[in-house]
Amino acid sequence: MLTQIFILAIFAMSYDLLLGYTGIVSFGHAMFFGIGAYSTGVLLSRFEPTLLWLIVSMAVGMVIAAIVSYFVGLLTLRLSNHFYAMLTLALAGLFLVVAEKWRSLTLGNDGFTFRVPDIMRDRLSFYLICLLLMVAVFFLLMRLTNSPMGKVLVAVRENEARTQSLGFKTIHYKLISSVVAGVIASVAGSLYVMSLRFVNTSVFALDVTLDALLMTILGGVGTLIGPIIGAAIIEVSHHWLTELGKFYAIFERWIIFFGILYILAVMFFPKGIVGSLREIRWKRKPSKVKTKNKNKRIAG
Amino acid sequence: MTTLLEVNDIETYIGQYHILQGVSFQVKKGEVTVLLGRNGAGKTTSLRSIMGLNPIQDGRINFNGEDISKLATYHIANRGIGFVPEDQGIFGELTVEENMKIAMQKQDDATLARLDKILTLFPDLKTYWKKQGGYLSGGQKQMLSIARAYLNKNELLLIDEPSKGLAPIVVEKVMESIMEMKDETTIVLVEQNFRMAMGVGDTYYIIDDGRSVDTGNMKELADNEELKRKYLGIA
Repeated sequence: MLTQIFILAIFAMSYDLLLGYTGIVSFGHAMFFGIGAYSTGVLLSRFEPTLLWLIVSMAVGMVIAAIVSYFVGLLTLRLSNHFYAMLTLALAGLFLVVAEKWRSLTLGNDGFTFRVPDIMRDRLSFYLICLLLMVAVFFLLMRLTNSPMGKVLVAVRENEARTQSLGFKTIHYKLISSVVAGVIASVAGSLYVMSLRFVNTSVFALDVTLDALLMTILGGVGTLIGPIIGAAIIEVSHHWLTELGKFYAIFERWIIFFGILYILAVMFFPKGIVGSLREIRWKRKPSKVKTKNKNKRIAG
Repeated sequence: MTTLLEVNDIETYIGQYHILQGVSFQVKKGEVTVLLGRNGAGKTTSLRSIMGLNPIQDGRINFNGEDISKLATYHIANRGIGFVPEDQGIFGELTVEENMKIAMQKQDDATLARLDKILTLFPDLKTYWKKQGGYLSGGQKQMLSIARAYLNKNELLLIDEPSKGLAPIVVEKVMESIMEMKDETTIVLVEQNFRMAMGVGDTYYIIDDGRSVDTGNMKELADNEELKRKYLGIA
């Protein structure tokens, strides 16, 4: 279960870069998750399941995801948020249909199993690799969001017109965010199917994007640590509710509880766990600073 | 005195509404040009049209002799036009420091000297340097908005109603800062507060119902009671 949490946390963090930092609401993020999933699944099933082919398959997924997210972004990011959301939903649907119909490659909804390299078959080493990748993605995104570019992304989210009138070509920043998020989502997709050693078209389903959305909103948008917490809560709840389903039939319909949780989170807890805690801290902090080294800090 | 900005008969629609129906004015280098008029006359839209935020459908805007009518907003900003919007445009989740940094086009000595100067003028910004912009008061937000515009060596500054909703003491500060900026840059100011407009302005243009209807020297306007009553509602 912890391995699944780490993988979903990577996926949710990639979504947070889009939603939390750049203000892009995408309903098609599963598209990149699916690209990573199928790249790894197809290549490992057709070639020797060695570490080299695993790395190649992940790299192929990342490159395809980067290209697709770039062109999707170029076509859609100039639109207003509502149209962008609708168009990404349609494009993700298109990928799902292609995966269903291209049976010679994907075997449609039946999917296929594949072998993974020995190192990934060992539960402990796979757990450690996922943990390591999650930590690496966290620090990478942390660095990105704390850089001047990350601050521009926040500015774009808050007021795009104002950011443009400060001299920034905002579409470039949105594209960078979209490509980085797409590439990271494909890594999560690759790891996800490796944990199952099976892939089918469900990796392109809308539920996958909605899960990422729920994890991000519950943990706290624009926080990075929030989506990790959100992924843990969702995954643990999923596990417990499924267990409870053995005793009480109502819990077999666990998705209803997630729906209720989503509504409650949006209505009463829009900033999520980490966002709310940060808000309390900001309100308390007077943040007076000495002016002596002010210029140095600015220049640095 | 050379003309820095020339707005020729511009027409702008917002959705289906024909907001600007022929606004023309000229801004001379080193002057403060004030756009006056009643609420809804088209003053803010004029500034937004110059910045490309409300693109014009007809007419022409020349800046430093170059036609900027069809340029994207970021190109216009990079030509050296700063904009202080009516709603201040503060990035609420960024700290005061980050708000300033993001606006800084260069980090040279001249910029740092301007930063020092503006922080001396607005010490509140120094106090709340690490505080998120969203938690500042209205006056502090306006100070931050003006400070951001002042940081860069813009050739032209468009300032939209800087005194709106502010306490008199803050208005004084804002006026003082505009006077400071006046020494270094050319300003187009939209202002409802006639006393403030009189204090800083050199030339005025009156906009009424989306058209520029009168122009002249600010001092002449002070004595023209009929014009003030007719277009500005000042008895």
